[in-house]
Amino acid sequence: MQELQTILDQALTNFAVISDATELENAKARYLGKEGSLTALLKGLGKLSAEERPAAGARINQAKQQIEAALQARRDALQNQALQLKLAAEALDVTLPGRGFGVGGLHPVTRTLERIEALFHSIGFEVATGPEIENDFYNFTALNIPADHPARAMHDTFYIDEQHVLRTHTSPIQIRYMEAHLAKYSQQESLPDIRIIAPGRVYRVDSDATHSPMFHQVEGLWIGEKVSFADLKGVVADFLKRFFETEDMQVRFRPSFFPFTEPSAEMDLSWGDGWLEIGGCGMVHPNVLKHVNIDTEKYQGFAFGLGVERLAMLRYGVNDLRLFFENDLQFLKQFS
Amino acid sequence: MKFSESWLRTMVNPTLSSGELAHLLTMAGLEVEEIAGVAPAFDKVVVAQVLSKEKHPDADRLNLLSVDVGQAQPLAIVCGAQNVSVGMKAPCALVGAKLPGMEIKQAKVRGIASYGMLCSSKELGLSEESSGLLELASDANVGQNIRAHLDLDDHLLTLKLTPNRCDCLSVHGIAREVAALTGSVLQALPHTSFEQNSPHSRKVKVTASTACPRYTGRVISKVNAKATTPAWMVQRLERCGLRSISALVDVTNYVLLELGQPLHAFDLNKLNGNIEVRFAHVGESLKLLNEQTVELKTDMLVIADSKNPLALAGVMGGADSAVDDATTDIFLESAFFSPNVIVGKSRQLGFGSDSSYRFERGVDFAATQTALDRATQLILDICGGEAGAVTEVISALPSRPPVKLRTARVHRVLGVALTADEIALILSRLGMTVQRQGEDFSVTPPSYRFDIVIEEDLIEEVARVHGYENIQPAPPQASMNILPQIEALRPLSKIRQALVIRDYHETINYSFVEAEWERDLCGNATPITLKNPIASQMSVMRSGLLGGLLAALRTNLARKQPRVRLFEVGGCFTAHAENYVQHERLGGLAYGSALPEQWGSAARNVDFYDVKSDVEALFSPRRLKFQAEPHPASHPGRSAKIVLEGHAIGWIGELHPQWLQQYDLPQAVVWFEVELVALLAASVPVVSDVSKFPPVRRDLAVVVDESVSVQSLVVAMTGNKAPFVVEVGLFDVYRGKGVENGKKSLAFRVLLQDTQKTLTDIDIDQSIAQLIEVLQRHGAQIRA
Repeated sequence: MQELQTILDQALTNFAVISDATELENAKARYLGKEGSLTALLKGLGKLSAEERPAAGARINQAKQQIEAALQARRDALQNQALQLKLAAEALDVTLPGRGFGVGGLHPVTRTLERIEALFHSIGFEVATGPEIENDFYNFTALNIPADHPARAMHDTFYIDEQHVLRTHTSPIQIRYMEAHLAKYSQQESLPDIRIIAPGRVYRVDSDATHSPMFHQVEGLWIGEKVSFADLKGVVADFLKRFFETEDMQVRFRPSFFPFTEPSAEMDLSWGDGWLEIGGCGMVHPNVLKHVNIDTEKYQGFAFGLGVERLAMLRYGVNDLRLFFENDLQFLKQFS
Repeated sequence: MKFSESWLRTMVNPTLSSGELAHLLTMAGLEVEEIAGVAPAFDKVVVAQVLSKEKHPDADRLNLLSVDVGQAQPLAIVCGAQNVSVGMKAPCALVGAKLPGMEIKQAKVRGIASYGMLCSSKELGLSEESSGLLELASDANVGQNIRAHLDLDDHLLTLKLTPNRCDCLSVHGIAREVAALTGSVLQALPHTSFEQNSPHSRKVKVTASTACPRYTGRVISKVNAKATTPAWMVQRLERCGLRSISALVDVTNYVLLELGQPLHAFDLNKLNGNIEVRFAHVGESLKLLNEQTVELKTDMLVIADSKNPLALAGVMGGADSAVDDATTDIFLESAFFSPNVIVGKSRQLGFGSDSSYRFERGVDFAATQTALDRATQLILDICGGEAGAVTEVISALPSRPPVKLRTARVHRVLGVALTADEIALILSRLGMTVQRQGEDFSVTPPSYRFDIVIEEDLIEEVARVHGYENIQPAPPQASMNILPQIEALRPLSKIRQALVIRDYHETINYSFVEAEWERDLCGNATPITLKNPIASQMSVMRSGLLGGLLAALRTNLARKQPRVRLFEVGGCFTAHAENYVQHERLGGLAYGSALPEQWGSAARNVDFYDVKSDVEALFSPRRLKFQAEPHPASHPGRSAKIVLEGHAIGWIGELHPQWLQQYDLPQAVVWFEVELVALLAASVPVVSDVSKFPPVRRDLAVVVDESVSVQSLVVAMTGNKAPFVVEVGLFDVYRGKGVENGKKSLAFRVLLQDTQKTLTDIDIDQSIAQLIEVLQRHGAQIRA
């Protein structure tokens, strides 16, 4: 059986140096093939006595298994080597840029408006809209600004014809919404609260570094049975804290005059060393509510109008209003 | 309204600094827009008098002066000013004085020592320009600090008054407000005491009594119109922004600023007969003080004599009856004109005046004669003369009906619990007459308040004086309801986001555009036109978004951006009969390479099909149809109307080469525009069975004329309802070798599937045969 050990040693040594799959299979034939040396030993078993045969057979089988195991191990190793080579050859420069489209971006005014809408939506304000070419009634008269009233001079108005203007504020949406709300709930004993914000483009005959003939406002309106001036201050202050994401946002309410609110206030934001106007607000004037047939003894509420560009400028550090309407990609891409 | 703080402090003098005073006013609703010192900081400048003057031996233009500055010894000063004369008084900066931009040192000027400098107003920073030394009044105290002498520590406050606060259009009115806000004492107006010793008078007839409920006037005879306006009055006028003109005019302007009552002085000898206040007659015209001749309209109120209109009431006097240096007798008018008669006139005329500004807002009709007397006193003091008796015509003055105020309502509206006592105190300080009934009030506003009509007006007054900052913000309280979410309406934000993901940047362009854009790009020759555009390139309302997008494209090309993809969401406007209709649309354009320049994809310019895919993606899963149709903006062969479920909802096209040239665009632009309402509509999914049986694919290759559109074949095949066909798609288009000229070869993928069974060859063949027949009917030859 010295021969068996020799064959085993030979096979294991032989396999270990083979680095080619075909050669390995040829080598396998030398030991395990029909003419293989181990096969020959197996064939020789018949020459042994019945007593010797089982033990010898077992030894040969054990050697055979060892050879087969070595063979398989070598096969795996070779396959693995080949795979590693293939993978190495297939390696990419993962730092090359990705292929295909880039990504665009939203205009900062849209971004700001979406943020404002989301914040107010969180306390139950719905979005309302209205036309930009407004008639005199909705833009002025219904808002308690009669013809030739000096307050009209506060609005440098673009006129389309005698009866139509480019809306000078988003406040006409208040009227349109209240009318619709009343029509909808006319059969009900009590009117559900009106809680809306109305964003949109507005127009004034004014153009310089700090005024654009077209800009954006967002109007807010809350009408209910107990909505007070203190609530107005609460809502606006809360909004500004969330919008600017700071707890120490100082907002100041300063008495002012708007024909459609009474009391009226100007809202100033503490900024740097001074105060910056960000919009007007007040308790909706009873004449405005009467125009839409809301009982002023039972219902009251507040309205506010915020300058969207102004908020965007403060939030994002934009220092020139004109940038919003130039649409320079170098500017727009900063909001991607 | 600009006024001098020191003038105000002669009437009310609270213990507040200038800054605190400004804050008080701002927080009470009288916004202080600006607060400025009348002079820059400087010191060691005193009133000086020139004692002697001799020529500098070495310089023709210089003089050697001996100057009294109130010290023991006069100073030797070298002076180059041309207006210097012996005896004159002028400011002198002493050695060590720091003036704006310079420091005065003892110096030698052309070899001669100079111990100070006589100053011009420019050197003191009081004016931009000056010619020579600032000459001071002859009675100025030599040695007095010039800041005290000229009141240079005064501040000018500019108020941005809201239209309701006409009562604060005078220094006295502001003082009255400050007194109410602080509780300080309001000084009584200067006492008047003169005899009415002129026998002259003019009769006044007020025909338009509703327009002019109160007219007062008096003759002042034997005045010296050439008298010099006193320096203190000139200074106050100038600090409030008015130039000194002549003593008579200055007095009327002074009283206007002091009391808020516009006055007018007529030259009595230029009047014919009596005075009448009436509306203008048809055909009358009037040459005004500003030299403008106005064709009067019959709604314009005039002051007339028995022949002609003399003045446009409440707006401006006439040139022909104006006082001048030769005037000896005047008729001085102080009247109350109703706001609604004056309102709108300045807009009609294209100019306004200090007078019309006040009358259209409301002038205190109870103080008409107070102002007349005050002005009379000043004229007599300055110009001499004899005052006549007052002629007064009064009819129905505005009423001040009492306004009800409930303490409970104050609480409810403001959300702050003020007591009835606190409310009463606030209102009475504001000059209101307050009658209390339990917790409620009946409040009569003073004659000078035109803005207190309803309960809320009083509530605002209470809040204002209490202080808005003293009302504590409350967190909102409301019943909670879940807001509706309409699933069949896609949020606009998602549409925008879809375009952003496809590499478009959002723009916002003006809604008013150039008329040419409308004509060229929208085929709109009659756009909605603004009556008062800010510029010609912003004169008409857009009916499409393309013009603005192209302008934004050009801006970016000018800034060397090679690849530009933009979109906008906004209103487009058209006129229908008497109405204006606003369509919300989404428009976009793409220019330059299809993809950003990169290593892994071949460079190629964006084309129609790239943008078409963007549009299709926006509407997915709904399927659009595209009909070849010309559009004024587009290349006629590369233009399509976009159709959704039978409705035209937009356009897509390649910009017409003509416009490329005109707008200086070197490469093709592909643009689209769709109706937002179509884009937002969505359907709530209703699920159908999912097949467990695999789909079968068959390909169909056909040859058709170039004129046959792929869409027509797909529509025909899908519309045919051949059994089991679940999808028909084009996967190849081929022209060239093997295909006849003028024809194209198309390859379609057909997927067939059933939910109930695996399809047999017979099933499939039958369906495909049906499709082939449809294709043949459309002129297609089936390829082997």
